[in-house]
Amino acid sequence: MLDIKKIRADFPILSRKVNGQDLVYFDNAATSQTPQQVIDVIVDYYSRLNANIHRGVHRLSQEATDAYEQARVTIQKHFNAAQPYEIILTSGTTESINLIASGYSTLLEAGDQLIISALEHHSNIVPWQMLCEKTGAELKVIPMTLNGTLDMEAYENMLNSKTKLVFVNHVSNALGTVNPIEEIINKAHAYNAKVLLDGAQACPHIKPDVQALDVDFYVASAHKLCGPTGVGMLYGKSELLETLPPYQGGGEMIATVTFEKTTYADLPHKFEAGTPNIAGGIAFGAALDYMNGIGMDTIARYEAELLDYATAELKKIEGLKIFGEAIEKTAVISFNVGSLHPYDLGSILDQMGIAVRTGHHCAQPIMDFFEIPGTVRASFSFYNTFEEVDRLVAGVRKAVLMLH
Amino acid sequence: MKTIEAIQEELIEEFSLFEDWMQRYEYMIDLGKSLPLIDAAYKNEDHIIKGCQSKVWVHADLKEDLIQFTADSDAIITKGIIAILIRVFSNQPPKAILEANTDFIDKIGLKEHLSPTRANGLVSMIKQIKMYAVAYQTQLN
Repeated sequence: MLDIKKIRADFPILSRKVNGQDLVYFDNAATSQTPQQVIDVIVDYYSRLNANIHRGVHRLSQEATDAYEQARVTIQKHFNAAQPYEIILTSGTTESINLIASGYSTLLEAGDQLIISALEHHSNIVPWQMLCEKTGAELKVIPMTLNGTLDMEAYENMLNSKTKLVFVNHVSNALGTVNPIEEIINKAHAYNAKVLLDGAQACPHIKPDVQALDVDFYVASAHKLCGPTGVGMLYGKSELLETLPPYQGGGEMIATVTFEKTTYADLPHKFEAGTPNIAGGIAFGAALDYMNGIGMDTIARYEAELLDYATAELKKIEGLKIFGEAIEKTAVISFNVGSLHPYDLGSILDQMGIAVRTGHHCAQPIMDFFEIPGTVRASFSFYNTFEEVDRLVAGVRKAVLMLH
Repeated sequence: MKTIEAIQEELIEEFSLFEDWMQRYEYMIDLGKSLPLIDAAYKNEDHIIKGCQSKVWVHADLKEDLIQFTADSDAIITKGIIAILIRVFSNQPPKAILEANTDFIDKIGLKEHLSPTRANGLVSMIKQIKMYAVAYQTQLN
């Protein structure tokens, strides 16, 4: 059981007022809120530990290095990677993806094939388009079905010996659909293609086991996991990371430098040029500790109840249509009411202190598919309550009345 | 002809009567319904204002040295906002439009719509209106 009262007390922002009313924060898929335990770690880092890591012989540098590397181990254990050095700390999911895309630009040849899905976030489309332009590889897109799931038959037909990389999100950010990643991975591996999963939307709700999945690359951001912005991770199987060239040149990523030749450092430092977001990395570890302290299973169960309740209550509103009704989905509801513009609904909800996201959610191809300008997206977290869902439903009803 | 300043004063006074945001929004929604609609022929890519989460089209004509604006949007609140702007700036000489300030937006409680994070593009709308004024002013010179 989840002690909601105790949990909410951990998040200072949840007690603030917006437009004179108690904040209802339902934009968790964009960024999650930060518990005091994680804020304390950031404050403690700058108050007690701040030093550059990996190089100094002095005490502060050693303590900061230990804390940073301990965070890497926490992340490794959370995702069940085989080795800590298979976890590369980045500035976030987008950088993690670009790191792989950039590496593959030297590994791909004209005629090779990349597969992505129609459910992707823009950050998952653009780097691959750029990569294909550069290498002459071909980009194929797994189509989606009306209920917001991937057309797996079409996917199977796309795979062939030319397929080098398959790239899908674990969970769709716009619709919340949980993709059948085991099947995607197994089928790709049958053709010796590698699979990169974007876990940005999945990780707040699901604890992935990268070894059990046998996934080749997995990426996520701390700020959706109760951690700070500007830090994220890339998991890669060590033998694959070894074959990728470095992403950026700089300090930290080298072993020896002469003007004739530089040899690169071992994993993970090869991909971590320059001074990293040290406080962010340490806080990322603290955020995972916080979530694991509650328990990812407990979180998932509670969020599923919230999702079911919100879905049932919202559906009672006349003309309300939910986009993305996959059986397997995370606590995200993307909806419109009749022909009302999502922007109008979102603006009025904001006046009531209710934070939702409106627009195309960086997934224009999905909106084009449904032929809508965008949706209102309410995304829930384990610190949200059933009473807040009631406020959302009442808010939508009031907004509809005002706009008609 | 009322001056831009006089119309702005009028709006400030009207909006000052509202007790809460709901009344303010309901009034904006009503204003949106009275928006002088853009001719369907101009509702195209050339007249769309970029930077809005909702679509906004604006067109301007010069009649007897005064600019007449027409517009439309697919969102109701955005229509209300553009209706307010058109009430202030339409039927005015280009020079007056160029010289006008837009402090009244803050005073009628719509400041939140000026924030750069707001995707309704109020800033872009004002910019577009001023661009039309620049173009017609050049034509008149």
